[in-house]
Amino acid sequence: MSLSQIETETAGVDAAAAPVAPQPGMVGRSPGRLAWARLRANRTAMVSGWIMVFFVVLGLAAPLVELVYGISPFEQFQDKIANNSLPLGYLGGVSGEHWFGLEPQLGRDIFIRLVYGLRTSLFIAVSAALLTTGLGIVLGIVAGYLGGWIDAVISWVIDFALALPFLIFALAIMPTVTARFYGPRDEIPVPFRIGVMIFLFALFGWTGTARLVRGQVISLREREFVEAARASGAGLFHILFRQLLPNLWAPILVSFSLAVPGYITGEAALSFLGIGVVDPTPDFGVMINKSLSYAQTDPAYLIFPGVVIFLLVLAFNLFGDGLRDALDPKSSR
Amino acid sequence: MTQPLLKVRGLTKHFAVRQGATGAKSAVRAVDGLDFDVHAGETLGLVGESGCGKTTTGRMLVRLLEPTAGSIEFQGRDITKLGRRAMRPLRQDLQIIFQDPYSSLNPRHTVGKIVAMPLEVNGVNPPGGVKARVQELLELVGLNPEHYNRFPHEFSGGQRQRIGIARALALRPKLIVADEPVSALDVSIQAQVVNLLRELQRELDLAFVFIAHDLAIVRHFSRRVAVMYLGKVVEIGDRADIYERPRHPYTKALLSAVPDVAAFGEPRQRIRLTGDVPTPLNPPSGCRFRTRCWKAQDVCATEEPPLLVREGSGQEVACHFPEPVGVGAEHVSEVAA
Amino acid sequence: MLRFLIKRLLLGTLTMFAVSLVAFGMFFMLPRDAVATMCVKNCNPERLERVRVELGLKDPLIDQYTGYMKGIFVGRDLGSAQGGYCDAPCLGYSYTSSEEVSDIFARVLPVTLSIVLPAAVLWLGLGIGLGMLSALKRGTVFDRLAIGFSLTGASMQLYFVGGMLMIIFVYTLKILPVPHYTSLWEDPLDWAGGLVLAWVALAFLFSAVYARLSRAQMLETLAEDFVRTARAKGLSKSRAYGRHALRAAITPIVTIAGLDIGGALGGTVITETTFGIQGLGRTAVEAVRLGDLPTIMATVLISAVFIVVANIVVDLLYAVIDPRVRLG
Repeated sequence: MSLSQIETETAGVDAAAAPVAPQPGMVGRSPGRLAWARLRANRTAMVSGWIMVFFVVLGLAAPLVELVYGISPFEQFQDKIANNSLPLGYLGGVSGEHWFGLEPQLGRDIFIRLVYGLRTSLFIAVSAALLTTGLGIVLGIVAGYLGGWIDAVISWVIDFALALPFLIFALAIMPTVTARFYGPRDEIPVPFRIGVMIFLFALFGWTGTARLVRGQVISLREREFVEAARASGAGLFHILFRQLLPNLWAPILVSFSLAVPGYITGEAALSFLGIGVVDPTPDFGVMINKSLSYAQTDPAYLIFPGVVIFLLVLAFNLFGDGLRDALDPKSSR
Repeated sequence: MTQPLLKVRGLTKHFAVRQGATGAKSAVRAVDGLDFDVHAGETLGLVGESGCGKTTTGRMLVRLLEPTAGSIEFQGRDITKLGRRAMRPLRQDLQIIFQDPYSSLNPRHTVGKIVAMPLEVNGVNPPGGVKARVQELLELVGLNPEHYNRFPHEFSGGQRQRIGIARALALRPKLIVADEPVSALDVSIQAQVVNLLRELQRELDLAFVFIAHDLAIVRHFSRRVAVMYLGKVVEIGDRADIYERPRHPYTKALLSAVPDVAAFGEPRQRIRLTGDVPTPLNPPSGCRFRTRCWKAQDVCATEEPPLLVREGSGQEVACHFPEPVGVGAEHVSEVAA
Repeated sequence: MLRFLIKRLLLGTLTMFAVSLVAFGMFFMLPRDAVATMCVKNCNPERLERVRVELGLKDPLIDQYTGYMKGIFVGRDLGSAQGGYCDAPCLGYSYTSSEEVSDIFARVLPVTLSIVLPAAVLWLGLGIGLGMLSALKRGTVFDRLAIGFSLTGASMQLYFVGGMLMIIFVYTLKILPVPHYTSLWEDPLDWAGGLVLAWVALAFLFSAVYARLSRAQMLETLAEDFVRTARAKGLSKSRAYGRHALRAAITPIVTIAGLDIGGALGGTVITETTFGIQGLGRTAVEAVRLGDLPTIMATVLISAVFIVVANIVVDLLYAVIDPRVRLG
């Protein structure tokens, strides 16, 4: 840079900086809209997104489905169960009336139980994901921005929680907590069981989001737009939630969308092990646990719930991946 | 002279660092006792190589960094001890423009939101509404006010820097610290931004502390210039004195590196400084420039030269053996005064 | 490096201490009436009270905790109701199976290790190999198949895969016996035959994660300048990729592998339940069903030790692979 250049350039002031040709509407394409356009262009993500929506609607509309289908999840069709407790007919009793067949022994309809199971599973998974994401955001932002001993404590707690084997801890906590509130021979209500499960997921699940958000905040913290806000006298709240948070939505959305299938799997696993939802309530994990004893004689009982939960998790995972690609075009799969 | 708008005395910033295998604590003496004044409507240029502490100084002036020692008086009031609440009304008079136009604008906010941020934070509701004020500001810095709803990624570097300037102007400040506002821009854009700042200064009667590593840009813009080396001011004075009659060897060396059209055709004598800038962790004793100075003598190692006005020119110089006035680049040593 | 090691060990110890506190706290959060739960017959109030005293449940919490920890490191006397003196490492006494908890673990730990270790070798090898290869053959049919494999594996449920494997190989094709455990030293062939389905099920699910991760890592590394430079200066493809790229790509994978130990332990719980093999996981599930608190608590502690140790090992490995870490 030399003096002469300045002198010569002064002649053409503003020539290059003149506003670009006005575009219709004058509304900018926000980063969010650009990501949406990229997501729309991703066929896998769109297809899995629609499957996801289908499952969610099916779960939400379970009573409606029951009305149309005409069979309740608790109805037993003993007349269609043979003496060896297996359903009559082929493929575990698949028929026009019972689309996915019947459960061995009790003779309940598998299709309608799966629809209600979807409802249980999605309710727990989505609530847990919302709770963990919220907790993770707050703790991650606080740790990342404030730094110092607060960060040291939160980071240590994150590492600590990661050192705890979730499933084994869940195994240990579940009976302890129930025993705290209910006697050994009491009936434990379903909402309580579901509540404890969500609580367990929240207790262990926030660390992932918190870690992610903390890292992002640390890289954003030094940006000059944060300093600009501080130089204007902005308080902590403004900086954390007005300046930083809008820049965190992308990773948060991705981690949320990938947390949901994780909790679907987790919920099914807990129920499979007998410490989550228990029998009369329709649930994937419970169904598969029971079906294993019939694996030899009635494989269809295992296959229907197994395939449904696989498709459900796959759709969420694929959509989550698509979302990540759309929000962060640099990341390659 | 009237009371200065900004009066800085003994401003010091040390950063604590751990180093070595033992993790022993030591201090980086980034800024080590600065004194200078800035008057209303005036520009002070702050020049030096990277790492000399000029950016740290700028951040302390707007209280983004807490000084280790010293005072910053703004309109006669020491602001170094003020809390956030007490600082608030002063923030409106004291703003900063950043170096990097890419990281200084929040990528998720619209231009309107960015420029309105200082108003929002301070609860200022300008007559005619925030939007009108923001559009007025955008127009002032040469941007299309219709671009209110656009996002930073839709603008070029120069345009982004204009947005940053509009934001700094939102609260009608009296003093703006411009931290290398053009060094991240293309050379062809630099002049436009500098000219914009100059026009704004004239129109709005702004005072600037203009930080740069480039002497040419500072000359174009500043009435007074301070040259920094390793956390200290080595020479400070009016533009004419510094550029026409530099007395400190370091200033002279810096100036000799600037191509000058006026001297076209004359033989150029460029002073090449040898050696590296010493680490601010352990600055040289006495005069900090002595390790790279061709005139250094024993006294330079033992005694720190005070910042004083020397005979023959108006500026203050911190050197035991200042350059003689009116002599070219030949290195005539002078007996210590 | 030494400083790093010491710091890591100290942190690990601290974590272990905290885990033991949490586990112990949980143990006492519960039972207003743990004793009544444990009591099967002749449960008159006096007897219950005597058991409470004998178990030390009337002592202050801190004494109970130090007593428990002392038991682990030097052993302690549990009283006649719990089988007398209990040698270190003493993890307490299980009422439901009437033996010391450490004896139970001595029995089931080899089972779980027989499941996890071969499976881990399988899933690491399969996952990393598949991921690296598909990165090198990006865009080919092989790559697409590998992506499909890892997507499927990542969305599969362990018990579903396990159930399907049993249906196919045990009940339909009848080429494998019903899963069971035999000691490796007694009959290696039967050992492998009884556990192979468990290995395959675990490997299928876990390798998916590694395949995906190592593919992404490898692609990223291959695009970096230093790999191009290695190729440009005349190194052969296999040398440039094998020596330079692999080393850079493997570091993050090591980290994940360390963090995954917890997941793998959870995986064994499900695997053992699915295949009906009596290892650590199934013991824990049964202990939960029977309210056998000393066993549950010991399971938690042991799994936490596994994870903490694995993390320290990973950190050290990390420092060996990536010299930059040593400065930390």
